Amino acid sequence: MSTTTAELLRGAAELFPDEVVTKAHIRHLDLPKGAGRFALITLDNGFDHTKPTTFGPQSLANLDAALDEVEKEAAEGSITGVGLTGKPFIFAVGADLKGLELLKDRGDALAIGKGGHEVFKRLAHLAVPTFAYYNGAAMGGGAEVGLHCTYRTVSSALPAFSFPEVFLGLVPGWGGCTLLPNLIGADRAVSVIVENSLNQNKQLKGPDVFALGIADALFDSQDFLEQSLLWTAAVLTGELEVARPDVDRGETWDQAVERGRAIADSKVHGAAPAAYRALDIIASVKDGDLQQGYDAEDRALADLVMSGELRSGIYAFNLVQKRAKRPAGAPDKSLARPVTKVGVVGAGLMASQLALLFLRRLEVPVVLTDIDQERIDKGVGYVHAEIDKLLAKGRLNQDKANRLKALVTGVLDKAEGFADADFVIEAVFEEMGVKQRVFAEVEAVAPEHAVLATNTSSLSVSEMAAELKHPERVVGFHFFNPVAVLPLLEIVRGERTDDAALATAFAVARKLRKTAVLVKDAPAFVVNRILTRFMGEIQNVIDDGTPVDVAERAVEPLGLPMSPLVLLELVGPAIGLHVSETLHAAFPDRFRVSPNLKAVVEAGKRGFYVYEGGKPELDPEVAALLRQGDTRLTEEQTRTRVLDAVAGEIRLMLDEGVVAEAEDIDLCLITGAGWPFHLGGLTPYLDREGVSERVTGKRFLAPGVASVPA
Amino acid sequence: MPRTVRDVVFVDGVRTPFGKAGPKGIYHETRADDLVVKAIRELLRRNPSLDTARIDDVAVAATTQIGDQGLTIGRTAGILAGLPQSVPGYAIDRMCAGALTAVTSTAGSIAFGAYDVVVAGGVEHMGRHPMGEAVDPNPRFVSEKLVDESALFMGMTAENLHDRFPHLTKERADAYAVRSQEKAAKAYANGLIQQDLVPIAVRRTTEEGGEKGWGLVTADEPMRPGTTLEQLAGLKTPFRVHGRVTAGNAAGLNDGATASLIASEDFAREQGLPVRMRLVTYAFAGVEPEVMGYGPIPATEKALAKAGLDISDIGLFEVNEAFAVQVLAFLDHYGIDDDDPRVNQYGGAIAFGHPLASSGVRLMTQLARQFEEQPQVRYGLTTMCVGFGMGATVIWENPHFTDAGGTK
Repeated sequence: MSTTTAELLRGAAELFPDEVVTKAHIRHLDLPKGAGRFALITLDNGFDHTKPTTFGPQSLANLDAALDEVEKEAAEGSITGVGLTGKPFIFAVGADLKGLELLKDRGDALAIGKGGHEVFKRLAHLAVPTFAYYNGAAMGGGAEVGLHCTYRTVSSALPAFSFPEVFLGLVPGWGGCTLLPNLIGADRAVSVIVENSLNQNKQLKGPDVFALGIADALFDSQDFLEQSLLWTAAVLTGELEVARPDVDRGETWDQAVERGRAIADSKVHGAAPAAYRALDIIASVKDGDLQQGYDAEDRALADLVMSGELRSGIYAFNLVQKRAKRPAGAPDKSLARPVTKVGVVGAGLMASQLALLFLRRLEVPVVLTDIDQERIDKGVGYVHAEIDKLLAKGRLNQDKANRLKALVTGVLDKAEGFADADFVIEAVFEEMGVKQRVFAEVEAVAPEHAVLATNTSSLSVSEMAAELKHPERVVGFHFFNPVAVLPLLEIVRGERTDDAALATAFAVARKLRKTAVLVKDAPAFVVNRILTRFMGEIQNVIDDGTPVDVAERAVEPLGLPMSPLVLLELVGPAIGLHVSETLHAAFPDRFRVSPNLKAVVEAGKRGFYVYEGGKPELDPEVAALLRQGDTRLTEEQTRTRVLDAVAGEIRLMLDEGVVAEAEDIDLCLITGAGWPFHLGGLTPYLDREGVSERVTGKRFLAPGVASVPA
Repeated sequence: MPRTVRDVVFVDGVRTPFGKAGPKGIYHETRADDLVVKAIRELLRRNPSLDTARIDDVAVAATTQIGDQGLTIGRTAGILAGLPQSVPGYAIDRMCAGALTAVTSTAGSIAFGAYDVVVAGGVEHMGRHPMGEAVDPNPRFVSEKLVDESALFMGMTAENLHDRFPHLTKERADAYAVRSQEKAAKAYANGLIQQDLVPIAVRRTTEEGGEKGWGLVTADEPMRPGTTLEQLAGLKTPFRVHGRVTAGNAAGLNDGATASLIASEDFAREQGLPVRMRLVTYAFAGVEPEVMGYGPIPATEKALAKAGLDISDIGLFEVNEAFAVQVLAFLDHYGIDDDDPRVNQYGGAIAFGHPLASSGVRLMTQLARQFEEQPQVRYGLTTMCVGFGMGATVIWENPHFTDAGGTK
């Protein structure tokens, strides 16, 4: 039966010559309890666990060939069952994304979907029962191949089980959307396929997989395979009967799908199709018609593989997985100096958050200074309280909490605090004169090798360093709020910053587990410049006369985590205004200072909205402050104007050399502003919508990067 | 403070199937510590009434305490097996009598009252850790003629034993070996061995040993049922030209692990644990290192004397078969026939294999099964020879003994 499948896969394999091929080794063994001869298939790509096993077309063909053999044995009656497991620590982590990136036409994409189905389905149709033993990480197609088996066991130590497809811009298309709801019910399936995936690709652990009913048995890791095989023997001999609860195919099924849609709406606002396609399939398999579900998966997969959203998703995934780990333009690591003590100037909320982060990740003494003892005590108190919270949550043990608390101190006298500090970061009031004075004071007391870092969000690092004796050791170290949540750290090289200081900053960033991006000392660096241009243009449109709700809705199709004005509220209108003033000073023709925003800030408003009915409503007091012109744009006109402005700005930034490449802009937007994968940050979206070419005459990324290759 | 010596019992014993050392062997890609861990877990699974937090110590023997057999393997294996962190562990070495010594050392502590229950066992992965790995014998051994050079090579010591007892011929050794294989095959056919084996999942990534991927080992690999005298007669004598010791009349180079539960009798009964054997006494003795196979004789003499027993009181023998000649020397000394039915009823190391430091508990596990089957027997012993000229003997009493026929 597999001739056509084999041909299909051979064709697909030609498109993907660099596949890391997974073998499907068959080994025969005698089961305990006299349960007969058993064929155990091990999925193994021949590398250790650092290169997890994946499925490309060759790999599928290998599994197909193994199934040819066991199918024959099963039909002859020479085996009583077939098992499937993985190499140590890894079961299989699904389709090889590199292969998907190479696909150019829908027919090939359809072939990959069908090929997977045709191979995996065989596990459900052998003459003997089949067993999947989830020994280690199982994701996407890896999780799916097990769903086709008759039974499943899972290891208590399995660290990660997930369907990351929706997160990337796909659907679980090798049986996941169809089989999972039919196994564990629609509600749980929606949680696993949609909710977890959209919740930053949340992973399940072994016990969760069992509790959800995905696996029939849970065994400790020490002898997981032995116990799984004993269990298999008991099942095959009839000693053990596997009972699964009936799936509720009534109203709860529809409710589950609706719940899924609400989750998708709240996360991607309809802007990315994957979650909705997955939910459509889940809805359609309520009657248990598997083949119909598989066909729907094939179609969805093919459509999505050819979509810009998926290509952007894979691009974004690669940015955060790969580029984030090797920052472009960072100096040689060996130049970094050790950091054995950290100083923090300021003891306000931001400074205290930074102190906590340095403390937890570097585990070195951290000393806070401020202008009076009360502020210092408050800052140290904040850190202690946060450590206690972590202790209460079980994230730290008592010994570690004691250690960390003992490491954080506060002193009034900078000389006492910083005399032996290797890295001093300031988080004081955002004003050049204040920051210059602080650095001068620090330089007077800190060792000569100490790196002086500034958490400024928009001021010039070079100017801040200009008056110092050693300006070469000043770097920008710009965190994003909330510091504990957003991974981005913009590392700013001032005009005179030397490689050693920069290398030290990158080494510290790595220890802080932040995504460091090297940025030129340009006004507002990357994220704030783009966001300010973006929100500024919305504000301009509003100032010129477009109603607030029209302006806000205009960018909804992007599926941003929040609307521009809600974001402004989060940032704080005063800070937003301050950054826009800085940028206006630098680029007066592109960055206006909005009189309306100014009025809102001066009125002491924290935002544009009130949330009385739960939904944001324009604050009447704000509405009363607004002075608008009479140019009313439509949503589409607004969107065009905003995207054009942003595209132009990004082009200018790249031309100015603010970052090395467009990829860094996208990495910043994803990790610093939470911009979604389906936009690829932003430049893939601007390219695919034709904005880049219209505004700048060229694309940001070469065709085939974050898009379907020509 | 007043003390009462307490009775010590063998509660239960398990082992991994034994494998052949080397690239084709079943355990070539399996860690030694994992073998121990799996044996310990099986032991505990079989005795669910034992609260694992009550385990006072985990004594694990290995001859070559390097790499996956190093790092105080009793402690690391306990953690890896999932025992509570409060349960300590240590490592033991008396070469071939490692597991036996793990049992006697902890038994002493139990009798003394310091412990109630322990896990005792051993491991040797001779494929990953060949005999003599990283050894550094003091040069004085040779320069001052403290031992003959042959003392370091076990096969040569067996040849020396043939020299000492010329009537223990190669033919007798081969005949003994054939019987060991026959008895082992019969024990397998009767399911007497498998009941105490823990199946082990094994991985293979090279073609050398057969099919690749994960498999399951449920039986001893070294066994050669159907071995004939003719086949043995033709084997090479690797330790001496025209010698007598061959791969056929000696145990091979093997991988495997064993584990046992040893407890005070009171504790075992209170916890509802089985009492399979009661420890009578034990003894170790030293002999000339170049005839280390003679060791079991003085060790047994010593143990019998301490127990106030005579060799004729012993109804079952489990003698480790490092070399057939060493078993024959023991039997010859006591005037026991080469094929006496009391000796190694299930066959021995010549058939199953002898992963050095693990073997002592295999002897005990088999003796315990024989006690169950033969309640007319009151006493049995386990004995082994040990490298560098030692012997080790443990005498056990059968708790199932019923003096129905007045036999011993």
